[in-house]
Amino acid sequence: MKLLQDIVVIDFSQFLSGPSASLCLSDFGAEVIKIEKPGTGDICRELYVSDVVVDGESSIFHAINRNKKSYAADLKNPKDAEKIRKLIAAADVVIHNFRPGVMERLGFGYEAVKKINPSVIYAAVSGFGETGEWKHLPGQDLLLQALSGITWLNNSSHAAPTPMGVSVIDIFSGAHLVQGILSLLYRRGITGEGGLVQVSMLESALDFQFEALTCFYNDGNALPQRSAINSGHAYVAAPYGIYKTKDGYIALAMADILLLAELTGCEKLKAYKDKREWFAKRDEIKALLRERLLENTTSYWLSIFEPKDIWCSRVLNYEELTQEEGYKALNMEIVVQTSNGLSIKTIRSPIKINGKVLSGSKGAPALGEHNALIEAQYKLNQNISEVQTVSDE
Amino acid sequence: MVLPLQGVVVLEFSQYLSGPSAGLRLADLGARVIKIERPEGGDPSRKLAIKNLWIGDDALNFHTINRNKESFTANLKDKDDFELVKKLIQKADVITHNFRPGVMERMGLSYEDVKKINEKIIYAEITGYGKEGPWSMKPGQDLLIQSISGLTYTTGNSDDDPMPFGLSVIDSICGIHAVQGILAALISRQKTGKGAYVELSLLESAIALQFELFTTWFLDNNSVKRSKVSNGNPLLGAPYGIYETKDGYIALAMMNIQTLRRALECAELDQFHQGDVFQKRDEIKAIIRDVLKHHTTDHWLSLLHKHHLWAAEVKDWKQLSQHEGYKVLGMEQEIRLQDHSIITTRCPIRIDGEKLYVNKPAPALGKDTEKIKNELA
Repeated sequence: MKLLQDIVVIDFSQFLSGPSASLCLSDFGAEVIKIEKPGTGDICRELYVSDVVVDGESSIFHAINRNKKSYAADLKNPKDAEKIRKLIAAADVVIHNFRPGVMERLGFGYEAVKKINPSVIYAAVSGFGETGEWKHLPGQDLLLQALSGITWLNNSSHAAPTPMGVSVIDIFSGAHLVQGILSLLYRRGITGEGGLVQVSMLESALDFQFEALTCFYNDGNALPQRSAINSGHAYVAAPYGIYKTKDGYIALAMADILLLAELTGCEKLKAYKDKREWFAKRDEIKALLRERLLENTTSYWLSIFEPKDIWCSRVLNYEELTQEEGYKALNMEIVVQTSNGLSIKTIRSPIKINGKVLSGSKGAPALGEHNALIEAQYKLNQNISEVQTVSDE
Repeated sequence: MVLPLQGVVVLEFSQYLSGPSAGLRLADLGARVIKIERPEGGDPSRKLAIKNLWIGDDALNFHTINRNKESFTANLKDKDDFELVKKLIQKADVITHNFRPGVMERMGLSYEDVKKINEKIIYAEITGYGKEGPWSMKPGQDLLIQSISGLTYTTGNSDDDPMPFGLSVIDSICGIHAVQGILAALISRQKTGKGAYVELSLLESAIALQFELFTTWFLDNNSVKRSKVSNGNPLLGAPYGIYETKDGYIALAMMNIQTLRRALECAELDQFHQGDVFQKRDEIKAIIRDVLKHHTTDHWLSLLHKHHLWAAEVKDWKQLSQHEGYKVLGMEQEIRLQDHSIITTRCPIRIDGEKLYVNKPAPALGKDTEKIKNELA
């Protein structure tokens, strides 16, 4: 039995934050029904988010929405809205990531949904929270990285603020939403009561920086100083960073500088005897190391460092990584099939339960693919026709 | 409000960040989290200061990660201590650890061992690279996993060396995945009465974090490349990225190129269609870079917003923390110790409309040992 067997999730969300949350719930065995606008659907289906298109839809849409169902409904159409209310009555979880006020105007705010289904878990992701002067700004990943200070943590001190090249705020806020949803499903198992989970991308972006921000709060609001050379982490001492070698790159995490001096044969490094200097003088130390490591190959340095338990690693791109036994042993790749017969290779959930990976073989749904199925399964047409009959009289 | 995880007991054998960040979230959501620590020194992150900031004997960073927890010291090689830990396990709901493969097994605390003590336990285990394969015994450290997982080729421009994220992003995401697995298992246990074995690795979490990029790369190996100018995300076309202005920096997200042309009044962009934003990405971005330099961030923002384009100023923490949009979130909380108080962030999840604040500091090493022994007696 899957962990979230029989849990039904009604997902109104689009793009990545909300849909990445329902992807996780689906991996645990929940049934996820996307509610999409007829004609266009989740904006991610067509938004120019990648140059790679599969069956008319972005590669990213397929990655985020595998193993979900699609129910197309116009929330402004009273008949469709009535069907959605019935679906909500049968749901355990409702997710959305509209800007504040939109769901309320559509008649699907928390209070309205709670009246339909008092034990429902209602989960909302916003960009900036439901109050304050930023609440109507678009909750977009790069903009959140820009506003939340994250871009001042990457790259070296001479460089412009640099964003992280993954939609990391979308993913963290979606993951936080899952934590909230699951904790309330657990509480419901004890109390029988539903609840409300709210996450904003800005709160998630701040939580993501919690270690560094706590330094800022308690250190007289000193801003992060990125290292001038091979910056890896603004708050960490030398040698932390990625170094060029004769034939590639090597990553060095925290390490004893005197041991590195000995192993690399770099006499000048031996002067840095005081451990406290490894932070304050990290640029000098890193400059010396940079020069030395360039003189030999990555394999050579690994063969010197690894036997001495220095924390080091090769630096791989996707081409190199996917050929490694260490990658293949993880079996991270799965192939899913869409109902149109397309096979798409993607990445599974990283979580293993009782020795088994969580994986499915179903691809992302076509827009409205499951309307008939869901209407039959949840008997969405029953009372509608009765209402119709009454009004016809 | 009843906190969602009230009554749940978590034994945290984890150290550093990945496992303890999971414990922190479970504590924020109402669980009782007890760190099981070696009597000599305990969690090594007590002594791992960043920026040389300390609170008493412990690193400030230890306080950040371990607020709202208890500390129980036990020498797991000592028979009496081990018996006490077994008793604790009988009362626990969840165990987390992040030792290298084999360590918990040697101590007699593998999942199989623990299941015999408490068959309903949820046992969450974080390794660096999984328990099988040639990398399983490598050190599971954040920067090393970033480097091996391809992540460092997503950030910075194409002419830059591979560039790490400047935060312990892999530890954080793996801790988050651990919480997801633990909570799903707790929900299942309510129905089935059965515990579960939840396995995670930093490398699997790192790859999953890049799932959009990997999926796109599997379809087209040429499609995931950092741009030469203002790279924001290797998947995205022009103008996505951060640009210098006369007095600062501005972020431009995805947008229609001709609307942007009108907003910037930039005739040089006339020649480009929406279809060009990927193929001619660097060319377009170079034009935008050269234009944006000439005026201030405010000047450009007002033009961009007039055209409803997605753009924002790049802020540092000082600028951010003085803004009403930040203050209204109430993200800061004060944690009081005997002689100090610390400001840190709160849990980012709001429950039933309430922000979750706590004021219980991280425990001194062994602070709760006697109390817990009495509970077990």
